[in-house]
Formats: sequence, structure tokens, C-alpha cells
Amino acid sequence: MTVAINETEIEKKLNEIFPGSVISSEKGSILVDKGSLLKVAEYLKNAPELAFDYLTFVTAVDYLDYFELVYRIVSLKYNHSLIVKTRCSDRENPTAPSLTPVWRAAYYQEREIYDLFGIRFEGHPELKRLLLWEGFKGHPLRRDYL
Amino acid sequence: MEIIRPEILSPDESDIIEGNIINTFISKCTDPIPDPDKWLDEEIRRNILLTTVDTAIAWARQRSIFPLMFGLACCAFEMIGMAASRFDASRFGMDIFRWSPRQADLMIVAGTLTWKMAPAVRMVYDQMPEPKWVIAMGACAISGGTFRESYSVVPGINRIIPVDVYVPGCPPRPEGLLYGVTRLHAKIIKGTIDNPNLSLK
Repeated sequence: MTVAINETEIEKKLNEIFPGSVISSEKGSILVDKGSLLKVAEYLKNAPELAFDYLTFVTAVDYLDYFELVYRIVSLKYNHSLIVKTRCSDRENPTAPSLTPVWRAAYYQEREIYDLFGIRFEGHPELKRLLLWEGFKGHPLRRDYL
Repeated sequence: MEIIRPEILSPDESDIIEGNIINTFISKCTDPIPDPDKWLDEEIRRNILLTTVDTAIAWARQRSIFPLMFGLACCAFEMIGMAASRFDASRFGMDIFRWSPRQADLMIVAGTLTWKMAPAVRMVYDQMPEPKWVIAMGACAISGGTFRESYSVVPGINRIIPVDVYVPGCPPRPEGLLYGVTRLHAKIIKGTIDNPNLSLK
């Protein structure tokens, strides 16, 4: 079992390096500002004392007011894990930075999120529908679909 | 005829033995052996049945259905169970599941069909040679089942291909699928060469 890293320590550390990047933290997870997500992700991966080298999953949640993206990252070296969340509030054209350049595992799951939630990932190498066909209208996992 | 054992004999003695053999052979072969047609007549009466070509061909079709290996979802495991040794579809002549639609007669659509898969199913169906039959296996293939209201599931495979036998269940047991196969047999045996897909009455 991986051990969840202490979120308050990492919030403090990240806010020292990137001021204002982490908005809040709760049990095992940090909520990152969308604009600094890519910088935070690169730091979390490349910092030698953290070394989060493995992305378990990416998923998205529709809270009607905003979409929340959830990334669970694991360090295989230190056997600890962290959940990174970010929010995008624009319902018409939600965008988020793509983490595919950082963790290659995000490639297909970001395409799936784009397919089912309609969140555009900026910087994704090939952002198109994964499960549904081209020309499908709407994004079925949104709560206001149907 | 007795076997000539190798002995050391003088040429005269061996000639006498050979002559005796030939003489006994001639004395045995006085009457000609009867020609085969006398006993063949009885064999014909015992072994040959008269029937119509339609019935014979329908019987052959019924007893040698090659199903297409075609599993879409969890129903496929019940189909595999039907084919394996416990339920043994070989008893009904369904020995081999064919990978190629060109060698298959029966398409068992086992499982949920999504709209993204539907063109592939239609293409595979079109590639199967006539005569061909389709069994819709399970609630999803019959009507969409639980996912009927879904955005991505075909509500019943009869939207895209004609279906001969519906086997309900979620998933149906292998016995249920075997019963569906016997219903298909009952349909095929009523068919003719011109019209192999007569409706089941």
C-alpha cells in the first residue's frame, strides 16, 4: 500500500515555491489553482525528495457549478501518493492545462474526459473523441445531459 | 488352399504336388460366383431411404451449423460455456466456432451492442454467405436491456440485422441458448433450397 503524503506540509512547500498555487488542502489531497497546475505537476514529478513518477488515474467530477479534475499520483521510489485537484468553472467552454507532457499516462484519460465532459486540455497532442464517434452531440457524463 | 511349406523335394515330387493343387482347385471352381446384383437388391431395400432434396438439404444444414465466434459482452461467456464440454454444442453439429464470417452460418450476437460497434456487426453479417441465421442472445441484444435509454447502445439488434431466434435472459444459461439453437433447428428443417428462411410455425 502506498502511504498518503502529509498534505499540509506539501501545501506549505508548494506555496513557498509557487505563491498562491495551492488554494486549500484536505485529507490526502491538495486543490491547485488551474493556472499553476502545469508548473506544480512538473515540480512534483521532478523534485528529488518527492519524485511522483507515476500517474494512477485522471478523472473529472461535475458539481454543476464547476468541474473538478482529480489526479492521483504515486511515487514508486518513496511509495507515497497524493491527490491533486483543480477546478474549471466555465461551463460553456471549460479548459485545463494538459498534463500529458508530464505524465504520459494522462494521454488516453484526458481524451476520455474531453469526450465525456467536454473539458478541453490545452497542450494535448491529439485531443479528439476516444469512446464516442466523431459528430456525437453533447457530452454524456455531464449532469445536465438529457 | 493349403500352404506349401518349403521342403527339400526332388523336381518330380514338387511337380506332382503342384498338379494336385491345380486339380483340387479346378474341382472346387465348377459353379460361377453369383454376380453382385442379386445380393445388392436386398442391401438397397435395407439401406436406402427415399426423401425429397429439400428435406435432405435442410437436414444437412440443420445438423452442421457453424457459428461465428462473436462475443460482445458477458453473454459471450455463457456462449463459451455452451460450446465447452459440459453443455457440448457438438451434439447438435455445432462443432467449430469459426473466426471468419465467410465460413459461418450462424451469428450469435451475445451481448450489448453499442452504436460504435454496430457498423462492424453489419459488415460481418453482410460477409456471411447465404443461408445465414442470427440468434439474439440476452436482454441487451434483444432490446437494449438495462441500457435501452442510453446514448450509446443499440436498442435491439433487429434495428440493424434481421433476427431469427431471440434467447432472453441476463445472461441466458447455456441450456437456454441450446434451447434457442433447437428452435433454430426447427426453423431450418422447414426451409427449402429456394427459401431457407421460412418462418417458424
